[in-house]
Amino acid sequence: MKEFAALFLALDSTTSTKKKTDALLAYFQRAQPADAAWALYFLAGGKPRQTVPTGLMRAAARELAGIPEWLFDESYDVVGDLAETIAHVLPPAAATIELPLHVWIEERLLALRGQSPEAVSVALKGYWNELDTPGRFLLTKLIGGSFRVGVARSLVLRALAEATGIDAKLLAQRLMGYTDKHHAPDAARYTLLVDPSEQSAQGASGQPYPFFLAHPLQAPVESLGERADWQVEWKWDGIRAQFIRRGTGSWLWSRGEDLLNGRFPELDAMHALLPDHTVLDGEIVVWREGRVQPFADLQKRIGRKTVTKKILAELPVAFLAYDLLEAGGEDVRAWPQRRRRERLEQIVAGAASPLQISPLVEAPDWPALAVLREESRSRGVEGFMLKQREGRYGAGRTKDVGTWWKWKIDPYSIDAVLVYAQSGHGRRANLYTDYTFAVWDGEADSRRLVPFAKAYSGLTDEEMRQVDQRIRQTTTEKFGPVRSVTPTLVVELGFEGIQASPRHKSGIAVRFPRMLRLRWDKPVEEADTLRTLQALRQAG
Amino acid sequence: MDPQPRDLVVARPEGLYCPAGDFHIDPWQPVAHALITHAHGDHLRLGHGRYLTAEAGRHVVTRRVGEVDLQGLPYGERLTHNGVAISFHPAGHVLGSAQIRLEHDGQVWVVSGDYKTGPDATCLPFEPVRCDVFITESTFGLPVFRWAPQQDVFDDINAWWQRNAEAGRASIVYAYSFGKAQRVLSGLDPAIGPIVAHGAVAAMDEAYRASGVALPPTKSVLEASAEELRRCLVVAPPSAQGSAWTKRFGDYSDAFASGWMLLRGARRRRNVDRGFILSDHADWPGVLEAIAATGAPRVIVTHGYVEPLVRWLAEQGLQSGAFKTEYGDDEDVKATEEAVPEASP
Repeated sequence: MKEFAALFLALDSTTSTKKKTDALLAYFQRAQPADAAWALYFLAGGKPRQTVPTGLMRAAARELAGIPEWLFDESYDVVGDLAETIAHVLPPAAATIELPLHVWIEERLLALRGQSPEAVSVALKGYWNELDTPGRFLLTKLIGGSFRVGVARSLVLRALAEATGIDAKLLAQRLMGYTDKHHAPDAARYTLLVDPSEQSAQGASGQPYPFFLAHPLQAPVESLGERADWQVEWKWDGIRAQFIRRGTGSWLWSRGEDLLNGRFPELDAMHALLPDHTVLDGEIVVWREGRVQPFADLQKRIGRKTVTKKILAELPVAFLAYDLLEAGGEDVRAWPQRRRRERLEQIVAGAASPLQISPLVEAPDWPALAVLREESRSRGVEGFMLKQREGRYGAGRTKDVGTWWKWKIDPYSIDAVLVYAQSGHGRRANLYTDYTFAVWDGEADSRRLVPFAKAYSGLTDEEMRQVDQRIRQTTTEKFGPVRSVTPTLVVELGFEGIQASPRHKSGIAVRFPRMLRLRWDKPVEEADTLRTLQALRQAG
Repeated sequence: MDPQPRDLVVARPEGLYCPAGDFHIDPWQPVAHALITHAHGDHLRLGHGRYLTAEAGRHVVTRRVGEVDLQGLPYGERLTHNGVAISFHPAGHVLGSAQIRLEHDGQVWVVSGDYKTGPDATCLPFEPVRCDVFITESTFGLPVFRWAPQQDVFDDINAWWQRNAEAGRASIVYAYSFGKAQRVLSGLDPAIGPIVAHGAVAAMDEAYRASGVALPPTKSVLEASAEELRRCLVVAPPSAQGSAWTKRFGDYSDAFASGWMLLRGARRRRNVDRGFILSDHADWPGVLEAIAATGAPRVIVTHGYVEPLVRWLAEQGLQSGAFKTEYGDDEDVKATEEAVPEASP
């Protein structure tokens, strides 16, 4: 496990793509298949479910460190990461041992599941006592189910391709579904993945294709050239998914490579609506009264383990198909977009609910589209997708064989006041970077600030430091990691959607709030009001 | 902590003050008589009438504030002022750093300034002084802060330098120009290659050498040949990071030396290839050990993680409290933003 802990540290401590690739390459060249199988699983975003509840982990760490709960919590506030806190707060290990990664995972970590709290506590302390600081950090991350590593999948693939001599695109395809929770990685799966003789990309019959991802359009739309060269669709706000029908089976994969089978029972009907050996790319949305419903409705479906009849009736989903990846068993991703669209229309034509086609937007030129785009909010969409008509279907965020652009509507924006702050995690640990914002409510003298959104993204490191300083200077109260501040700072917040929400004190909830601009110049009194927010909601 | 009538040291808006002796210790506003624990900017300020410092710190103090009315007192020697016996004792923090011991009317107080309990070839080691009241810092006063042996850190730095030199790359270590930079220099293995000191570092090196501290020979960047620039180790202040000054090294690897490098978040924000965990402040075990060695039943905390240490000590049965001071406050910010002395003041 030392090698993997070292790899993790190396990846974590550099922003250089080359250094990351070198570290990955060195790891995969040396690792045994049984270990590489797990390493790849984690690097590709796989997460074993949390094996030990956080509270139990903290208690065991406190006992081993011999410190009271409050002191552990103070330390955690400063470090900002639980696994890192534990790794540092424990006394140095008397003697460390080295076991392969797969032994740690399979025989030790996964074996903790379902044991009594006492047994888990004893085992944890024993494990920590056998590891150095990087090892403790890694193990605790894995046990706590919070392992994340800052490395793009494309980079992992590039390194693995170089280490194994297999084409990165082929590897990308074989890797689809690798992190699915239902199949634990092992040496056999890894060996198959990197087998140079295995030419077929479709290992298992439910294997999806890598998703083709869009880029945000920042240049003026006219820079894309002729309108006629682009296929235009609405940009849906749902769950991107691939529906695969092969033989007697069907599979529904999310973009995060989770197998969604069984989660949306109404989509099972698609099997019968499609010819054999068809793979569709599209969006799962809640569809009612002939139109798409807000993402918040879809969230109510996602959160549920069991889908009741009532929910099915109230929040029915549909699959809006927008691309065809496989037809009659043939991989058609190399076909031009227009040809794939043509065939998609033939296949989906006349299909009944829940399968629909994502319609093309017909407008003669860019200015006309720009006008139409203004309707996005009232139509419940996020803007347009622009797809090169001659382009192929790429893999991931590529642009070499064709390009997809997302031409999103400008976010809502509002000037809000910072009222609470909490320190961040990871690279933001020890800095106050997570903020709660409020707007004014009420009339003149009795006006007060009502919190309505939390945001932590959008600032540069330098701006974060400035805000952090302001927070330290204006703190009025501390409760745990949270500081309450005298309102002095106005921030322009951007967000995508706005909903009534009885759960929030302000009565509204906003979607994807982030900071657009610090308004050091603006007096707090001039920040926006709850009434402005309500007006935005009614307009949207 | 509520002041008691016989307290030898109290916190005043202008700084720590000894009423019996009518003098201040490391005050942040101009006063008549200032006793100085060490020459870092938050403890040594301009504008006082007279300065009293450890004799060992004379050169570095002068380097920082120029010619002032300064008296140097050798470690361990006593001077009586208004009936208060004053003596300076090594604090192990940087060259010339001292704990200040005050004795009056049967009471002994020690103001430690900043200190560390680990080894450092550039200054005398921390000397425990028995006292009734110990005034301590708490820059790293949380149990997550625990330093590895100094030699392990130096070995890491040298191994990193060796690898870079073999690859034809310069190695730049960012370190605070007074104290940390010299400590890093003292741990380097000159057999690996030439050592380059940034002007701000070289200026302080001079003060160290004048004080009799042995440091390996260094060159200025202008004295180094093109070939040397590709395998040298460079010690530069944090403010040099990302500046035009670093461009002349071409493809280099960089590192930051600080206790804060223990934290992953701080390391990543710093955006360097390596973080070497090397601090001139005591770690958690060091702080507790230093406090225990004084035998003091009463402890006052000045800066850093003040509240946790105060509470911990209270739970261990000590009488503990805090002074509000303008020291340290946020070393992370300080290391980034504090002005670096010019090469020639």
